[in-house]
Amino acid sequence: MRNIWTIARREYKLYFNGPIAYAVAFLYFLIVGWFVYAELRDALEMATFQPYTPSVQLVTGSIMVFLLIFTIPAITMRLVAEESRTGTMELLLTAPVRDWELIIGKWLSGFLFMLTLLAVTLIYPFILNRISSPGIDQGPMISGYLGLMLMLSSLVAVGVGISALFNNQIAAFFVTLAVVLFLWFFRLPTSTTGVVKDIAANINFIDHYVTFYRGVIDIKDIAYYLSMTALGLFLGVVAVEVRRWR
Amino acid sequence: MIRVEALTKDYGARRAVDSLTFHAEPREILGFLGPNGAGKTTTMRILAGYMPPSSGKAQVAGFDVVEQSLEVRRRVGYLPETVPLYTDMTVFDYLKYMGDLRHLPNVEDRVDDVLEIVNLGDRANGYIANLSKGMRQRVGLAQALLHQPEVLILDEPTIGLDPAQIIEVRNLIREIGKERTVLLSTHILSEAQQICDRVLIINKGRIVAEDTPSRLQSRLAGSQKVSLRVAGESDGLDAVVAGVSGVLRAGFNSDGSLEFEAQPGQDVRPDVARAVIHGGYNLLELRPVGFSLEDIFMELTREEPALPQTTEDASEGEAAEEEVDQSDDEAK
Repeated sequence: MRNIWTIARREYKLYFNGPIAYAVAFLYFLIVGWFVYAELRDALEMATFQPYTPSVQLVTGSIMVFLLIFTIPAITMRLVAEESRTGTMELLLTAPVRDWELIIGKWLSGFLFMLTLLAVTLIYPFILNRISSPGIDQGPMISGYLGLMLMLSSLVAVGVGISALFNNQIAAFFVTLAVVLFLWFFRLPTSTTGVVKDIAANINFIDHYVTFYRGVIDIKDIAYYLSMTALGLFLGVVAVEVRRWR
Repeated sequence: MIRVEALTKDYGARRAVDSLTFHAEPREILGFLGPNGAGKTTTMRILAGYMPPSSGKAQVAGFDVVEQSLEVRRRVGYLPETVPLYTDMTVFDYLKYMGDLRHLPNVEDRVDDVLEIVNLGDRANGYIANLSKGMRQRVGLAQALLHQPEVLILDEPTIGLDPAQIIEVRNLIREIGKERTVLLSTHILSEAQQICDRVLIINKGRIVAEDTPSRLQSRLAGSQKVSLRVAGESDGLDAVVAGVSGVLRAGFNSDGSLEFEAQPGQDVRPDVARAVIHGGYNLLELRPVGFSLEDIFMELTREEPALPQTTEDASEGEAAEEEVDQSDDEAK
């Protein structure tokens, strides 16, 4: 457990050592900030005709999901691939660190970094809450942010797992993006029936988020994201084991 | 401390390590000598717990490298061939990170200590990216020493260092070897002679010789190789030198100097010098050339034993085996 934390702490600090953290933060605030601003301006002009009741869904909606989908591959691509390319992997694999500790440590750093960004976006619900009375609806606020946390947990895990397969960061980026987009747009021909259809109907990771977005917390959706997280981490551990045996 | 039995590692169809068997005692410095691609790095990686062998057994500090990998890794300090460093960290932070992964108590004091040992105290807060190759090598060494391991595995520890640093590192290894077991690889014969208590020569994944450096040397010292240079005309010089009694072979090198080998136990240099001057040549230089590692390899992997056989050794068995193989082929 201690090793997980040691590894995660180093990687987390590293995000802030370079320009990466600030570039990603810039992207988030530019897009989300402008979007919220434009909405409020519109609402202000309409305010004489009808009272404005802002919703947190302005922030937790498609705009945030888009941003997560495109930034997560970028922040997870180097996590393991970089160690393989520079040879520092040899150091970690000969240190008394279990392979799963290494992978979970890497995942935790990416997860915590994304949580940090997500935490900073709480400023928008805060603003919306201040300018309206009686304030925004707390239900979708809590469930929406919980859903986003779960989603990025699973996406970061998938990113780490794929990063462990490659020596090349760019390859890891594109494969992660491909997998994420596939999980989003995946559908089967409508004629398919049986178990395959049941699985296919549940594989889309946006569908599972929509319930959170609407303000509903369903154990089924939590289970989905947690199993995706486990699957991604498992893939990462297997990739490291395979590296040893090669 | 290190016990290896019939260790074999295949990369696909290529056999990198071929049933290697050896051992190292506590407080012994064991040298791995061999050309590139001989299987040194692979063997060391297996012993350091980086990868499992294809077959065979290996024990380090009393633990099996496959079954008890973590226990082995806790007790081994490993310096890989290409020193892996996080160039975006400072020397101190890097070592502290490695120490944290090993759960060392008082990590920061320990880091200061090893930095003192490898003589890098003044660069502790510098980024690794800005260090020279020699300094990086020493950071790698510091990393291997950090947890005071029972066994040190050093893959070409002096590569890339300048002569002064090489001497420093060799002294350091000798010092460490008084208390711990050290396994190091090198392809520099003189290095093995200076540092190691015992040397394993490996080629194509197999041990071709195993002995103390001095005994290995004496096997070769029997015959002597000498380089000779004259000013001006040198036609017919090889015949003159070859004519001196006690000279085995003589031939020109590509740079125009002449090289000859003398019969074991006989110093023919005075006779050769006389003959050369007698022949009307202008003798410039007469210089003994040490046998290089390459020469030893040539000798050890030759089909018929060409060395004076003083001891029963692995090379003899090897050579005999190859002879048998050959006659088998002929019989078919």
